[in-house]
Amino acid sequence: MDDNAILSATGITKIFPGAKALDGVNFSLRRGEVHALLGENGAGKSTLIKCLTGAYRRDGGTVTLDGEPIDPKNPLCAQALGIGTVYQEVNLLPNLSVAENLFLGRQPRRFGLIRSSAMKENARALLAKYGLDINVSASLDSYSVAVQQVIAIARAVDLSGKVLILDEPTASLDAREVEMLFAIVRDLKAKGLGIIFITHFLEQVYTLSDRITVLRNGRLVATRETATLPRQELVTLMLGHELQELSKSSHRKSEQLSEPRYRFENYGKAGTIKPFDLLVHRGEVVGIAGLLGSGRTETAELLFGLKAPDSGSKATIDGSVVSVNSPRAAIARRFGFCPEDRKVDGIVGDLSIRENIALALQARQGWWKPVSRTQQNALADQYIKALDIRTTDREKSIRLLSGGNQQKAILARWLATNPEFLILDEPTRGIDVGAHGEIIRLIENLCADGMSLLVISSELDELVTYSSRVLVLRDRQHVAELSDEEITTTHIINAIAARPSQPERSQVA
Amino acid sequence: MSDRVSLLRRLAPQLIALGAILFLIWLVFPAFFSLTFQNGRAYGSLIDVLNRGAPVALLSIGMTVVIATKGIDLSVGAVMAICGAVAASASVQGQPIATTLFLALSVGVICGLWNGVLVAFLNIQPIIATLILMVAGRGIAQLITEGAILTFDDPSLAFVGSGAFLGLPVPIVIWVVFATLVTLVLRRSALGMLIEAVGINRRASMLAGVNAPVLLIAAYILSGICASIAGVAIAADIRGADANNAGLWLELDAILAVVVGGTSLLGGRFSIIGSLLGAMIIQAINTGILLSGFPPQFNLIIKAAIVVVILIIQSPEAKTLLSFVNRTRPAPVAAPKGAQQ
Amino acid sequence: MSQRYLPLLATLAIFIIAYIASTFQFPPMFSTRVIGNLLTDNAFLGIAAVGMTFVILSGGIDLSIGSVIAFTSIFLAMILATTSIHPLLAFAIVLVMTTAFGALMGAIIHYLDMPAFIVTLAGMFLARGLAFVVSIDSIPIKHPFYETLQDWYLRLPGGGRFTLIGAAMIVTFLVCIVIAHRTRFGANVYALGGGVATAKLMGVDVARTTIAIYAVSGLLAGLSGIVYSIYTSAGYSLATVGVELDAIAAVVIGGTLLSGGVGFVAGTFIGIAIQGLIQTYITFDGTLSSWWTKILIGILLFSFVAMQKGILLFSKDRSQKAG
Repeated sequence: MDDNAILSATGITKIFPGAKALDGVNFSLRRGEVHALLGENGAGKSTLIKCLTGAYRRDGGTVTLDGEPIDPKNPLCAQALGIGTVYQEVNLLPNLSVAENLFLGRQPRRFGLIRSSAMKENARALLAKYGLDINVSASLDSYSVAVQQVIAIARAVDLSGKVLILDEPTASLDAREVEMLFAIVRDLKAKGLGIIFITHFLEQVYTLSDRITVLRNGRLVATRETATLPRQELVTLMLGHELQELSKSSHRKSEQLSEPRYRFENYGKAGTIKPFDLLVHRGEVVGIAGLLGSGRTETAELLFGLKAPDSGSKATIDGSVVSVNSPRAAIARRFGFCPEDRKVDGIVGDLSIRENIALALQARQGWWKPVSRTQQNALADQYIKALDIRTTDREKSIRLLSGGNQQKAILARWLATNPEFLILDEPTRGIDVGAHGEIIRLIENLCADGMSLLVISSELDELVTYSSRVLVLRDRQHVAELSDEEITTTHIINAIAARPSQPERSQVA
Repeated sequence: MSDRVSLLRRLAPQLIALGAILFLIWLVFPAFFSLTFQNGRAYGSLIDVLNRGAPVALLSIGMTVVIATKGIDLSVGAVMAICGAVAASASVQGQPIATTLFLALSVGVICGLWNGVLVAFLNIQPIIATLILMVAGRGIAQLITEGAILTFDDPSLAFVGSGAFLGLPVPIVIWVVFATLVTLVLRRSALGMLIEAVGINRRASMLAGVNAPVLLIAAYILSGICASIAGVAIAADIRGADANNAGLWLELDAILAVVVGGTSLLGGRFSIIGSLLGAMIIQAINTGILLSGFPPQFNLIIKAAIVVVILIIQSPEAKTLLSFVNRTRPAPVAAPKGAQQ
Repeated sequence: MSQRYLPLLATLAIFIIAYIASTFQFPPMFSTRVIGNLLTDNAFLGIAAVGMTFVILSGGIDLSIGSVIAFTSIFLAMILATTSIHPLLAFAIVLVMTTAFGALMGAIIHYLDMPAFIVTLAGMFLARGLAFVVSIDSIPIKHPFYETLQDWYLRLPGGGRFTLIGAAMIVTFLVCIVIAHRTRFGANVYALGGGVATAKLMGVDVARTTIAIYAVSGLLAGLSGIVYSIYTSAGYSLATVGVELDAIAAVVIGGTLLSGGVGFVAGTFIGIAIQGLIQTYITFDGTLSSWWTKILIGILLFSFVAMQKGILLFSKDRSQKAG
């Protein structure tokens, strides 16, 4: 056993009806260590965290903190014991002031009344430790997500002070903000805190962590020193097999393509994305790369008519000028759009898989021309089979499906409309590797069938695999276009990093 | 076939509740189910329940659809008062019945349109958007009647409220026919599913090409039309428009009918038949208390108690308890969750 | 930051402008007499609206207050007519009852996870029903202590009267402003309005706070009922129908968002004052019918809601430009 361990968990087991989510997992965290917790979706990372923080009651195993066995009943108990957690979606109250968020429930009082000046002073002092000098009486939502994240960390550390769990804290931050966050984490580490760091970005794992624990299918695979674990091996540990070689398929070279089918010229919207030109041929995949907040999703939303483009923007399809001012107009032109945030923008949770798949087709036909039940059933069965959507029944509510299967159902929704131009925003985000490969194959097949696709992805090797051209975005602007042999991950990264990136969100006070 | 079974299963609590209430009334008032025919018209307590429940039944049709869109329409009582006043005032001015009804319905449509535009285009929370007309509406109705009860004596207009058609009071015929019509239109077209989609996830539905604003406005217009018909029926029944009291608090009864009928206030899956059963449950309670000779002061208390019981049975907490009991049996075929709430 | 105060400032500005405009038309409206009456006439509504402010700030709604006020007044009238207990004791009894009633609704809302709208609707029926059971007639209150309470007032310069019930409303507002902004309970109310799940994760005792909020609303509705009984010297089970609507209107006009989390107790006071002003103006005018009050309040509600939307759109637009 590790002498320097601040938190150690032995033989953690968690059983859900019909599934063993954790099976005898051991995990130890040292003082002054950043310990990355990695694994595919469903590997058991979040279940382990929830067992440590008391959000779930574990079914077996022991947890000791500072040598004492603990058994927190809920995250609040864990916090009182010394384990604080910061989630990806900031778990603070946007309508309260920064100071109130920091001291909710423990405001300094005199005669039962809150001493607000003392509270503000404490808040300023607390945030000063993190290099943050902001107006603490302003409401939380007047600050950027990055600043809110720091405030959440400050609160968690102040309340717990021994162990800090960061659950995908960088998912919605830009590069500069990530840097700021990392500086803070290093500082806390130097102060002797144990930090558990969960992320999807391998780059960040190598930048920040000291050790790595990999889980797979609810079991512990390995705990290793970061410095001595090569990337290739880490990926192997995570996937359990050598990553299937995704070679650049033999799609047509861009100059061999015919006249571009879709032509967007001087297309833009003030305050959202600078005007850009975009050509898409029949049977071509155009990739879009860029950091989060670079204007990727904004580009997709503009093309799909979610926001009306500024005047001066011109869209032509097969040579005739068209206007795409609303999703309905876009759908009428046989566009389709799979949004990034499936839960919010994609699925209609309480409707069945069948209804979700038929929705876009039905919406296009108009309410007076119902898609018959027989036709709906046929469509649903066809796509459940074709896309391998794992479900017991097409009448199941879509919210009961896993993320990857939801994604496939949304894809099916659009395929059912026979689209000619399909925009996919992060089609493989947050889904397991199996579904990953299937979706990539699907993209290639659609492209081979003559569909035009625009795919946004932060998985650069994916983009390299299927794109015949890649547009690179930075600071809400299209900055580079790579084609054919130029398309390599290195080139894309170089294009993204060609110039010091400006902050995406200015900190509005 | 399986759809029928799942519909029955979905409506089972309401049917059982209604059955139990009718049975209890029958215990204390054995003549409850007896029907008599006089002058080609049916009389009896059961007919009475169906007839007196007409306004709430009518309102609950539109309310169901509005609630399915994740909305609520607090203004229906006030709209009833306005439309009753319009009908009475048109009749007093000697307009023929067709014009009178057309005017009243148009005003209902306009009220619905106003609510719908506030909700769909200005993105105002439905509860506030319709609160505006709820507060102002009675003032507007009083403006039309000039503060007095506006009486009329056009027999053809009175027929709408107190006449008989095929042996049944006209209000019963109106709500049954209208409800059938609306249900057929919603379920035979794709409107029902699209409305449910908008209620569950408006943004995702819009991204899928669903014309959410138009559907929302249509839902509120339907509610306005329902309120208008109910308002005219009530005014026709008493041969006068009472801006102060017509439809007073009926919006609450209508919302209650929808909730008792099993449509979730959070929107999504809806059942108009369920709401109509809810409306009849509420009316049966009212009539039952009256018939059973309880002092009328106890009406509201008993009503509140029954409502609380029905709601507790439907509450998510009670459901988890029930599903725990049910777990020993084979799991039922995935019934839509929203529909049961 | 300042946009949080914008609705409040707008309400205040509208009140001041409207008041000045009406005094130009009817100079007597600018007198302590009118102001004193405005406070007295709206005392019970103001007190109830304070409770409603807490409920709405927490993201809930309480439809039962009108019925609770009626129940309180009829209960007091009955108990004072049929027993010989002192009114102060009667006040204490009825306040305990209404507070418990509110707490019960809060407990049902929290533990059964049911919408506040429906639970308090049932509460509205129940309280009104209980009032009917006490008596369906209007019962006058002729206790000497009531006369003492009614006779107590401060004479203001200019002939106005600052009555006890007016004072009760002012004190309620002051106390509740302090509670809202300077106590942990107040902070928890705002926290619930900001998001129940998050508030729970941050350590707010959601059950206790929810129950306390509706208990406070019940307590203030009870207090409002006492004030109403002093104001009218009677108890009547059909009284104060729809007061919850006036209270909600005052809260919204006072700049509190109906979605919860944002607003001020002080704003509600201005909301009450604006409603009172409209009524006073209509009385002074003499030719306008009373139903104009409702229409005007409806128009005001609409303008405030539209204004809040406008502010939201504007600030979104600005932050997008900045981003």
